[in-house]
Amino acid sequence: MNSVQQLISAVEEADSSAKLVKAVQNLASSGSEDAVPTLIAALGYNNPGAAVAAVDGLIEIGEKAVKPLLQLLDNYNYGARAWAVRALAGIGDPRGFNTLLDAAKNDFALSVRRAAARGLGTIHWQQMPSEQRSTSQQQALETLIQVCRDPEWVVRYAAVTGLEALANAASETQPDKLPQITAPLLEMANNDEEVAIRARAWMAIHQHHSQIEMPTMKTLAESDDEKEVPSRGSGRRS
Amino acid sequence: MNSNKDNFQPSSPSETPGGGESLTIETAIANLEGTDSGLRFYAAWWLGRFKVNEPRAITLLIEALADELDRTPEGGYPLRRNAARALGKLNDKSAVPALIKSLECSDYYLREAAAESLGMLSDASAIPALHNLLITGLTGEELVIESTPSQPYDAILEALGNLGAKECVPQIELFLKHPVERVQYSAARAMYQLTKNSSYGERLVKALAGNNLQLRRTALADLGAIGYFEAADAIAQTLAENSLKLIALKGLLEYQVRELTPPTPTLSDDAIKVMKLMDSLL
Repeated sequence: MNSVQQLISAVEEADSSAKLVKAVQNLASSGSEDAVPTLIAALGYNNPGAAVAAVDGLIEIGEKAVKPLLQLLDNYNYGARAWAVRALAGIGDPRGFNTLLDAAKNDFALSVRRAAARGLGTIHWQQMPSEQRSTSQQQALETLIQVCRDPEWVVRYAAVTGLEALANAASETQPDKLPQITAPLLEMANNDEEVAIRARAWMAIHQHHSQIEMPTMKTLAESDDEKEVPSRGSGRRS
Repeated sequence: MNSNKDNFQPSSPSETPGGGESLTIETAIANLEGTDSGLRFYAAWWLGRFKVNEPRAITLLIEALADELDRTPEGGYPLRRNAARALGKLNDKSAVPALIKSLECSDYYLREAAAESLGMLSDASAIPALHNLLITGLTGEELVIESTPSQPYDAILEALGNLGAKECVPQIELFLKHPVERVQYSAARAMYQLTKNSSYGERLVKALAGNNLQLRRTALADLGAIGYFEAADAIAQTLAENSLKLIALKGLLEYQVRELTPPTPTLSDDAIKVMKLMDSLL
């Protein structure tokens, strides 16, 4: 049994949450391609510590993890999907692009939408065939503009970071596209109901200060919207 | 707190999913006026959720705080609880006297909801009643030791902190030693709000390193609520769901950017630091 197999066995045999986290961390740091299936399985253990370590490991392994991630993504539980999309977003491999496009707009779970929205900006565009790049960036832009209207603040926040990354990519390769990308950022900086998102959009715009016309900004007033679900006090009835 | 529900929630009335539960403002108000206790209960929640800040809604919700029809087998008042929660979100101080009266109700969960809402309505006239309820947990300068708290001390302490009840500091401080950790955190949170002394913020930071996930979640929510900037790194690193860390960091960020002024606000280094941490958790 080689050392990676020992590390895999340690994950499979972990009998406590703490041991599992440690074992996944050790396996993740091996950076071995053989670790991929076990790391992907660890995304579904409902153990955030283990999942964080597994995502880090999968991102580190990079391209070699993309195909198995895409294969295992379907019909996986939502928690695991979120982590898998995070791994794909972190790897930035163009093969994950269509998955991220779809997840950012349509996934049921907000944690998946937010990971995908960020990933849409941070795709490694230079790995994409140049004839495809322009179309894909346009698709990413259109999707992110749509995601800027997501009902969940954190998804909109992620869309802003996606737009920022897209603007950074465009400023190097297609500076003429920049105004098109900064326009939705300006819209978010001025009009989002959440001050945190207005501030984040503002930060994104500042980087391109010299290349775009600076607008005046509305007051960053407070907002106290909080999401809630109905409950009839389950577990809290007396 | 319900913010750890990591699934889709509608953000406006028109997006409410599910056939029979989709309401308009008119039907919600009509349902609250009606006799079906299920519809009344849901309408009260709905009016708060969608911040229907209309005089008729406020009036009906205040009336619902005296409802006698909707009871749990144990004697609780479900409609009253939802009405109290909704009134906290509607930002109308005319609800304050009725909420203060609700603090006397036999239903623990109504007292909890009322205390929470009074803390949100920023009306200092609620302080004496909240203070009186708090000190039922004290005999002189000693905590009454109860295995199960007989009052919603956490909600009361948090409300007193939100209301800036500096006069209550000596009593609040005693609850830092309460046997229930959640109550200790609430006391630390209020003490920080009232004194701005960082040792109370650090008490909550320390809680982020504890063994109990539920308590770490509670501490995250508390730190977000008080915007304790020095907790930023500890929040990003604690073992809990990213969703909850993001909400806590958003709380910190809001304190950092609240003072920004147009037309071209400058973001502080602290604000930028918090946003970078948030980015890393997406």
